[in-house]
Amino acid sequence: MSVFIDNNTRVLVQGITGNQGSFHTGQMKAYGTNIIGGVSPGKKGQSVEGVPVFDTVFEAHKEVQADASILFIPAPFAKDAAYEALDAGIKLLVMIPEHIPVHDAMDIMAFARQKGAVIVGPNTFGLVSSGKCKIGIMPNDYFIPGPLGVVSRSGTLCYEIVGQLTANNIGTTTVVGLGGDRVVGLNFIEVLERFESDPESKAVVMVGEIGGSSEEEAAAYIKASMKKPVIAYLAGRSAPPGKRMGHAGAIIEKGRGTFESKVKALTAAGVEVASLPSEIPALVKKVLG
Amino acid sequence: MKLYEYLGKKIFQAFDIPTPRGYTIEKAEEAGKIAEELGTVVIKSQVLTGKRGKAGGVAFASNPEQAVAEAQRIFQLEFDGVKSERLLVEEKLQIEQELYLAFTIDSAARCPVMLFSLDGGMDVEEVSEERMIRWPVNNSVGLHPYAIREVCRLAGVTGNLQKELLKIVPSLYRLFRELDTELAEINPLALTPQGIIAADAKVTIDDDALYRHQDLPRIKEKTALELQAEELGLAYVELGGEIAVMANGAGITMSTLDLVQHYGGTAANFLDFGGGADLERTAKALELLLGTDPKVLLINIFGGITRCDVVAEAFVQVKESKGIDLPVSFRLVGTKEKEGRAILEKAGIQAFTGMDEAVRHAVALMPAP
Repeated sequence: MSVFIDNNTRVLVQGITGNQGSFHTGQMKAYGTNIIGGVSPGKKGQSVEGVPVFDTVFEAHKEVQADASILFIPAPFAKDAAYEALDAGIKLLVMIPEHIPVHDAMDIMAFARQKGAVIVGPNTFGLVSSGKCKIGIMPNDYFIPGPLGVVSRSGTLCYEIVGQLTANNIGTTTVVGLGGDRVVGLNFIEVLERFESDPESKAVVMVGEIGGSSEEEAAAYIKASMKKPVIAYLAGRSAPPGKRMGHAGAIIEKGRGTFESKVKALTAAGVEVASLPSEIPALVKKVLG
Repeated sequence: MKLYEYLGKKIFQAFDIPTPRGYTIEKAEEAGKIAEELGTVVIKSQVLTGKRGKAGGVAFASNPEQAVAEAQRIFQLEFDGVKSERLLVEEKLQIEQELYLAFTIDSAARCPVMLFSLDGGMDVEEVSEERMIRWPVNNSVGLHPYAIREVCRLAGVTGNLQKELLKIVPSLYRLFRELDTELAEINPLALTPQGIIAADAKVTIDDDALYRHQDLPRIKEKTALELQAEELGLAYVELGGEIAVMANGAGITMSTLDLVQHYGGTAANFLDFGGGADLERTAKALELLLGTDPKVLLINIFGGITRCDVVAEAFVQVKESKGIDLPVSFRLVGTKEKEGRAILEKAGIQAFTGMDEAVRHAVALMPAP
């Protein structure tokens, strides 16, 4: 069983004719993702990496029926593009861009709730069902099939950790990037729920960071409802309060969102918190037996 | 971007939220004339740091001479090393009760949230949970009077005060939404014989939305290097230690800093130069890294869309053009790793493959205290 996406997922690329859109269309296809169309207003009739380009999402969806869409659209235009995808009936939307205004993000989430759609991101690397389907921008080599579910707020740090696991011959079922912004669609809990009910995922690694309260909420869920072992790593132990550490969401405000509060909550929920990324493979081996 | 109180109050006025009568001054002498007009006045420093009251930055004066003297005193004060360029001189309100009202972002609920309490005047986090009413707003339908009535019921507010809140709360919500604010806070919201008045104003605009608010002034809270980084589109924070750190990605950069601390070092900065940077951008990031006069350089690259050869090339270029002779610890893996390593080796640098080794080496390179 796969979480969120699999070999059959039909993927649309919004902003396919741009630099990033065309490059990552090629990368996703190379991974095996079933890319069935692209959208770029005014570029109908072109093709990118052998994928047909349409003017609107409505048109593309009618012609090629998409299950999911990935957005490579500059931040100021991302709300319009996300609304278009949701209104056209796309049920899974992966939003790559960074610096989307937070009020736009809240509006997008409200419309997605109304439409019963799932949003991944914004400011995410995407998600991958290992060996089957990648909807995102992560390097292809590291994501090999295996028994582990991984969910992360940050990109490169997640690659680092998955890379160390891969080097230890531990693969993944699904890897989900939640995104580094203050308001994102999927949160830890929704992804943990999927891993808990997925028979192929035997254990979970969650990669969090300072800021917000999503790790604390995840801890409450793990304590109450999760049987599978969870291992966590959290970035930002040394970060000073009141400073935004790269991600819009990575900030300790008024004493909230501290490293200590997250470690305390997760430890109390029975989660093993690694102090260094390099400790994770050994901890995973221990729980997988 | 945080706004000074006087700017926040100007915006409040534009949104029909009552504020005290008052003026901003740039010279202490101007306070005298205002005190003549307004009677007893409150003189408030205009700085972005919190707790200015505790630092002596707010004072009352009952006559013009005293107003000038207090203004002179406050102009001399430093708040986290910054003096107040302006003061706000306002009428002293007859406050019967101090309330708290704010709109901010609820990350967990992914929507705006209204915060209201009858225990205003103190810090929000000091108000007990039962006394702070939180009302998440469904932003697809907006904020309507029923929500305000319900918040009033939960807080135990009735009569005239409820009527006044029904006027002021929608204005603050409109401001919160239209100006892309992360925080629009009135603390205290003063209950006076003349009605409710915003005695303070904290307005923070979302940096990512500033492009659509060209009419707002730009407030600079950052250091010169942080501003330079902002212009380059790099995420940069000064930290004051000895090892200058550069990595690609916010999470891995934070993690690198944590490792520096873990192995006993101190970091000079946080610098995330992002994914897929070209030669020029990488070189500019490296130059920025030298700005805090560090003792050691630590570069941690996990190349996905970032190419190792580009980073190595940029490093060698900057090293030669700027004549860097600082000790450096380089970690380089990922896309075009072999090419990148070859470039560094020519320049006499052996790159590490593991993050831990690279950080440990950087800490070992720190000069003895």
